[in-house]
Amino acid sequence: MAIRQGDLSNKQEELLTQQYRRAIGWNGKTLKEMRAEIDQITQETGHYAGLKELVLKEQDPIRFEKMFAKLRGGLVHARETAKRVAASPIVEQEGELCFTLYTPEGDSVVTSTGIIIHVGTMGAAIKYMVNHDYEVNPGIEPGDIFCNNDCQIGNVHPCDVHTIVPIFWAGEVVGWVGGVTHVIDTGATGPGSMTVGPVTRYDDGYQVACRKIGRNDTLLQDWVIESQRSVRTTKYWLLDERTRIAGCHMIRDLVLSLIAEEGVDAYKQFIREVIEEGRRGLINRIKAVTIPGKYRQVGFVDVPYRHSDVEVPPYAKVDTIMHAPSEITIHRNGQMELNFDGSSRWGWHSYNATTVSFTSGIWVMMTQTLIPNDRINDGAYFATKFQLPYGAWMNPDDIRTAHSYAWHFLVSAWSPLWRGLSRAYFSRGYLEEVNAGNANTSNWMQGGGYNQYNDIHAINSFEAAAEGTGAGAVKDGLDHAAAIWNPEGDMGDMEIWELAEPLVYLGRSIKPNTGGYGKYRGGCGYETLRMVWGSRDWTMFFMGNGYITSDCGLMGGYPAASGYRFEAHGTDLKERFEKQLPFPRGGDPNPAEHKYEQCLEAKVVKRDKQTITTEAIFEDYDLYLNYLRGGPGFGDPLERRPEDIEKDLNGGYVLPEYAEKVYGAVFTVDNRGKYHVDPEKTEQARQAIRKERLQRGRPTREWMAEERGRIERKEASLPVRHMYATSFEITEKFLTEFRAFWNLPETWNLSEDELEMPTFGSGHKKSHAR
Amino acid sequence: MPNYDRATIEELIDGTIDFFKLKEMLSSFKDPGRFDTYVSILQDRVPWDDKILLPYGLHLYIVLKRDGRRVIKCDCGHEFCESHENWKLHALIYVRDTEEKMAEIYPKYLAPDPQWQVIREYYCPQCATQLEVENVTPWYPVIHDFEPDIDAFYEEWLQRPVPSY
Repeated sequence: MAIRQGDLSNKQEELLTQQYRRAIGWNGKTLKEMRAEIDQITQETGHYAGLKELVLKEQDPIRFEKMFAKLRGGLVHARETAKRVAASPIVEQEGELCFTLYTPEGDSVVTSTGIIIHVGTMGAAIKYMVNHDYEVNPGIEPGDIFCNNDCQIGNVHPCDVHTIVPIFWAGEVVGWVGGVTHVIDTGATGPGSMTVGPVTRYDDGYQVACRKIGRNDTLLQDWVIESQRSVRTTKYWLLDERTRIAGCHMIRDLVLSLIAEEGVDAYKQFIREVIEEGRRGLINRIKAVTIPGKYRQVGFVDVPYRHSDVEVPPYAKVDTIMHAPSEITIHRNGQMELNFDGSSRWGWHSYNATTVSFTSGIWVMMTQTLIPNDRINDGAYFATKFQLPYGAWMNPDDIRTAHSYAWHFLVSAWSPLWRGLSRAYFSRGYLEEVNAGNANTSNWMQGGGYNQYNDIHAINSFEAAAEGTGAGAVKDGLDHAAAIWNPEGDMGDMEIWELAEPLVYLGRSIKPNTGGYGKYRGGCGYETLRMVWGSRDWTMFFMGNGYITSDCGLMGGYPAASGYRFEAHGTDLKERFEKQLPFPRGGDPNPAEHKYEQCLEAKVVKRDKQTITTEAIFEDYDLYLNYLRGGPGFGDPLERRPEDIEKDLNGGYVLPEYAEKVYGAVFTVDNRGKYHVDPEKTEQARQAIRKERLQRGRPTREWMAEERGRIERKEASLPVRHMYATSFEITEKFLTEFRAFWNLPETWNLSEDELEMPTFGSGHKKSHAR
Repeated sequence: MPNYDRATIEELIDGTIDFFKLKEMLSSFKDPGRFDTYVSILQDRVPWDDKILLPYGLHLYIVLKRDGRRVIKCDCGHEFCESHENWKLHALIYVRDTEEKMAEIYPKYLAPDPQWQVIREYYCPQCATQLEVENVTPWYPVIHDFEPDIDAFYEEWLQRPVPSY
């Protein structure tokens, strides 16, 4: 079923007399009036849309469930079908797409699987259109197609492109459907979807601000031409757009057929009730699996922009650390409050985030833990209170901010919440739900130029969709398995990546020692060694954490390993291949050994901790190591079972030296190279390590007195001081608590002015973004 | 609602539970009786008699003393502090703040740079178990991870009084 013919003809006529047209909301209201009403009544009653009782659900629960199941099944089906339209491996292989159904006011009702961070971002775009009188100009008509990827309106980063379609029934908007895909390129200053280099919004690439791009289910020709001329990967863009439209239209048909079966009144009641049900569902789940109280945790990530391999404007040449302290308060009524006071300021880099990406994206994580079911909608949002300090990196007070890789810190800022909730699960005995945290989901291998088919091209390897996961309280984390932002992700097939990228695989291996050590270890990451082949005018760059490990372990487990980079330029590989000489292959298991360099001559080799770089020229036969990180560990490593250490050694998950030093393992190697751990000798070695701990450990308060002295003297590296200065500036409470903890005088402070770094933008705050 | 026997929860605590049983546990609704079974098992396992009010972390418990105080206690018997305090301030700390100290646990290039981030290990002063690890920037206040509201938990969520002697 297509859209209603009656609706189409009716609206076509009215196009001529738009100013006299009746409103398209329910019962003669405008959508803007409906939005205001919903907000008001929800706030007044504490129930979504004022629904104190779920009449439809209570009177006819089977019908309610049938309606939900049809919609949810239909959305998942639409996603699975539509993604086959795409050619981009990001969408087709990795599943980086999602569809969501919304109320006329833009609240999400049901969502598909996939990148469900967008459950709220597309809703924000719809709300923007509703609140900005799109109903009057440019008009909202049956058959219209809208597009948005503007971060400050409602997006995570510009590469997540939304297609939004209204659904009409008898002249009224009964809802919207939104589809999003992660496109490979957005025409930013550098190639790749999450490029490094943008420091302002104006470098972030092509941004489409809630624009009408189609009428009568057909894309407008000027839109197609303009968008094709604005990005590097034109074919992928085109097919991604067809994917989104196909999915949206499938879902629109589904909704209309459901209304035909159930009646429009029942449908209207259902979409209200299912959101209120979602709100109640979260509260019930919180009471069922957590403990009321306060949970505190923190995440950090490095922004090392003073390095010569980061080419940005002078005001952005700042080494700093992004900071996200979080406090979860679970109230006795089951409401959850998430407070991020103390977060650091936004910066001239592309890792800023908008509030909606933050509040919406949290659910991509929560569906993997707190609400592991299909009832994901704005109900959970209405059940949660957020405090995001204004001016911080996730709530910028300046519209100029860049966002192309907002995920650099979103992942690491949310992950501690999972760790906090895990303390609750642990206390309740739901040990199966405990997770020590997540990997920093990098490296992002990106670049572009002319590819092996002589097309202008950009790449963004989604091998990063398979990182090591955090350890649990009953088992190790999964090795090279998943990413927090897309629970269904995988690493993709090498053969497909080789078709999509002018890069030959010289290896794909487990990366030992990358999962955090522990009684249960974090999942290990992996690494792929790529050789540039068949390209012209080709550039690439690195994106990930290096100087910092962004997530902690839990209850005695260590954090995952941090990152490093390896790249080689001007190599002798061509000659080595011709002469059949040894060449770098496989992994780089112990980076200290410089294994690749032992069978390679190169003009330039870069092996260091600078894991954020901007575009560097890569010629054929140059090398790039793509290292995907591990997850954090759980529990004291000295409690790891000897048989598990043996498996780690034989599987290549830990280097022998560290099995000995960290786990206290005593082992032998047989003549086939197989490791055997001796449990008794291991226990003796562990006793010795415990004694050593008691000797080297100092009472915490004694150490605090020394650390206080360093703070008083302001002894810390520049990035550390910069981080604190920006956090203190934004949140007075954080400064007060900091002073109180360290017993510092009330006059003690640290401001950006004291630091030898540019402070451009720090003192000029205007609320353009609002 | 599922209900698991004591042996299954013991297997869960010991990490010996069968993978498929664990998978089913993850996918099913939660068993409301878990907390009581769990605390009962832990109470039987600890070598002391104080009543466990709440398991607080691996090896750590909030227990009720005979005099009514609520105390954070290690399963080795060491008592850190009262339950509203931060036990880490009463622990032993070891800070990895140099490249050499980092190199003891990570190969070169895989450790954080101590100029940017340090690793703090907190040990029990009695049994030397590593109870928590923080990787934070220098100067970071010692994090008070968890302040449970035990009264609200028992009285309002479990709808029964907080255990007493």
